[in-house]
Amino acid sequence: MNPNDSSTPAIVAENLTKVYGSGNTEVVAMKDVSLRVARGEVIALLGPSGAGKSTLLTAIGLINPPTAGRIHIGGELVMDADQAKVDLREFRRRHLGFVFQKANLIPFLSAVENVQVALEINDASPRAAHKRAMELLDYLGVADRAQNLPDALSGGQQQRVAVARALANEPSLILADEPTAALDSHRGRQVMELFAKVAHERGAAVLVVTHDQRSLDVFDRTFQMEDGCLKP
Amino acid sequence: MNLAVRDIRHNLGRFALTTVGIGLLLMIVMGMGGIYRGLIYEATLLVDQVGADLWVVQGSTRGPFAEVSRIPANLEDRVRAVPGVARARRFVSHTIQREHRGQPLRMVVQGLSWPEDKGDWVQLIAGHPLRQAHYEMIADRSLGLPLGEKLKLGKDVYEVVGLTKGMVGTGGDGLCFFTVSDAEAIQFDVPGEATRLERAARLARLENLDLGRVTPLLSERVVGPASGLPALALPQVSAVLVTLRDGADQARVSATLATWPDVTVYSTQQQKDLLLSGMVDKSKRQLGLFRALLIIISTIIMALILYTLTLDKIHDIALLKLIGARNSVIIGLILQQALFMGALGYGLAWWLGQYAFPRFPRLVVIETPDLLMLGGIVLAISVLASLLGIWKAMSVEPNKVLS
Repeated sequence: MNPNDSSTPAIVAENLTKVYGSGNTEVVAMKDVSLRVARGEVIALLGPSGAGKSTLLTAIGLINPPTAGRIHIGGELVMDADQAKVDLREFRRRHLGFVFQKANLIPFLSAVENVQVALEINDASPRAAHKRAMELLDYLGVADRAQNLPDALSGGQQQRVAVARALANEPSLILADEPTAALDSHRGRQVMELFAKVAHERGAAVLVVTHDQRSLDVFDRTFQMEDGCLKP
Repeated sequence: MNLAVRDIRHNLGRFALTTVGIGLLLMIVMGMGGIYRGLIYEATLLVDQVGADLWVVQGSTRGPFAEVSRIPANLEDRVRAVPGVARARRFVSHTIQREHRGQPLRMVVQGLSWPEDKGDWVQLIAGHPLRQAHYEMIADRSLGLPLGEKLKLGKDVYEVVGLTKGMVGTGGDGLCFFTVSDAEAIQFDVPGEATRLERAARLARLENLDLGRVTPLLSERVVGPASGLPALALPQVSAVLVTLRDGADQARVSATLATWPDVTVYSTQQQKDLLLSGMVDKSKRQLGLFRALLIIISTIIMALILYTLTLDKIHDIALLKLIGARNSVIIGLILQQALFMGALGYGLAWWLGQYAFPRFPRLVVIETPDLLMLGGIVLAISVLASLLGIWKAMSVEPNKVLS
C-alpha cells in the first residue's frame, strides 16, 4: 500500500501502550491509546506534563516503540508492539517530518544547508536539494536568512527553518512536540498557522503536542491526554 | 554537501591545532626514518667512494670500521705481489677530538697512501687534492674549516688545501684526508714529557728484572726511541685496499689472500654488510621503536580528538539519524574528518621537514618509498583513530534529540 495515497488515513494507532521499567518500578506512560488521523488534518494533543503526550508522539514517530499496540502510517503497518515492520530510519526519512520545542538545527550548517541536508540524505542531488530548500525557506519567509548559521537566527526564524526541514521530503505526517514553547505568542501563532497551511495546502497530517491554549482555533481536532489515556 | 568539511570549518581552531600537533609528530616520525637512511648513507659513503675491490684487514677481525684492525704497513707490498692485484693502498682511519679556536673539533682522520693516492677520487667542492707528502689536508666543510686554514694537530701544523661536501664517517663526524704518514703521526703523537716518563719507567722495570741484570745492553736500548725496540714495531695501518686488474677474478684473488693466516679479506659488499649489520642495526631498531611509539601516540591523540569532536556533535548525529540519515552518512562524516586530519598532518610534516631536516646535525635522507610507506601508515592510523568516534556515533539513539 502506498503511504502517500490520499485515500488512506495518515495515522492509525491501535491500542498503544507504553510501560517503562518492571515490577515495583513499573510506570505506565501510555495506556491503550487509539487514534486515527486523516490526511490534511491538523490535530492538537493537549494535557499536563507527564500525561504521555510526548510518549504517544515519539511512538508514532517511530523513535520510541510502544510496549503493545499497532501503528499504521499511510495504511502501512509499521510497528506491531515493539516489533518494527519496516526499516524505521528509511521510513522516517521518506514519510515523516519532525519539529521540536527546540529547533535542533545543526549548528555548523547554514539555514539553507539545514534544509538541504534532509533532502540530500533522501538521495536528492545537491543542486536540486538546494533549489528545493530555497523554495521552502521562501515559502516560510526566511529566504533572506538562508546563508546564516543558526546562531545568527532568532528563535522564530530557527523554528521556521526547522519546519522547512520537516517539510523537505514532502512527508505524509508531521509530528511536532511543543514547537511554540520557546516562542512569543505572536510567533507561536504564526508557527501553528503555518502547520495548518502546510496540512491544508500539501495534504500532510500534522500532530502537534502543545500547552498553548491560545492557538487552538487553528486545529481541526484536539485531544486531551491524562494519565496516559487519550480523550477527545 | 560535505558535512565533514562544514563541521571542520565550524571547529577550525581546534581542528587546526590538532592537525599541527599531528603534523609535528609525523614530521618526527618522517625524520627518524630519514635519520636511519642517513646513517646508512654515511656509514657506506666512504666504502663506496674509496673505490676498493677488496679490504685486507687484521686476521679474525671485522675491521677497520666495525672494530679495530692493525696490520703492518708493509703488508701493502705483499698484497701488491698477488696475481690479479693492480693496486694496493694503505688505509688508516681513526677519530680524534681536538680543540680549535676554543671549540671542540671532532673529525675522522683518513690516511691516503701517498704518493699512489693523492685523493684524486675525493669529490672536492673547492681547492685541490694533496700535492705534498706532509702538512696538507682535505677537510669536509661540515667541520667549518675554510680553505687555507691552518690547524695544529700533534706537533705539526696542517693546511686545508681541499674541501668536500657530505663526506662524513659512520659517526657523522666530518672526514679529513691526510697522507698515511701524517695520519699516523697524528694518531701516535705523544708529548715529549710522556716519552721521557715512559723511558724512565721502562728502565726502572728493567732494573727490577733478572733480564736487565744479566743483559746490560738492554738498558741502553730501552731509553732509546720506542721505534727502536723490537716489541714496538713501525706504526701499523688499519687496512690495505686492493684494486684488481681489469678482468681479474675477485673470488680467486680473495681466496689467495684468505690463505694468509694473519689477515682477513672482505669484498666491498661484505664490508658494507659488516657496517650495516653491526653499527647501524641497533640504531635502526632504536629508531624503529621510537617511530612505532610516535605512531601509536599520534593514533591515540587523533582518536581522542575525533572522539571529542564526535561527542560535541552527538546531538546533531542523533538528529541526522532521526531524520533518516543512513549510517554511511554518519560514518563518512567522522571518517572523512580523520582522513582530512591525517592527510593535512602528513602534508604539514613533509612541508616542515623540507625546512627542518637540512638543519639537523646528522644527515636526514627522505626517500620516496619511505614517504609512500608513511602515507600508508597515516591512512591506516586515520581509519583506526576514527573507530572510537564511529562507535560512539553508531551507539547513539535518535531519541537523544529529545533530551
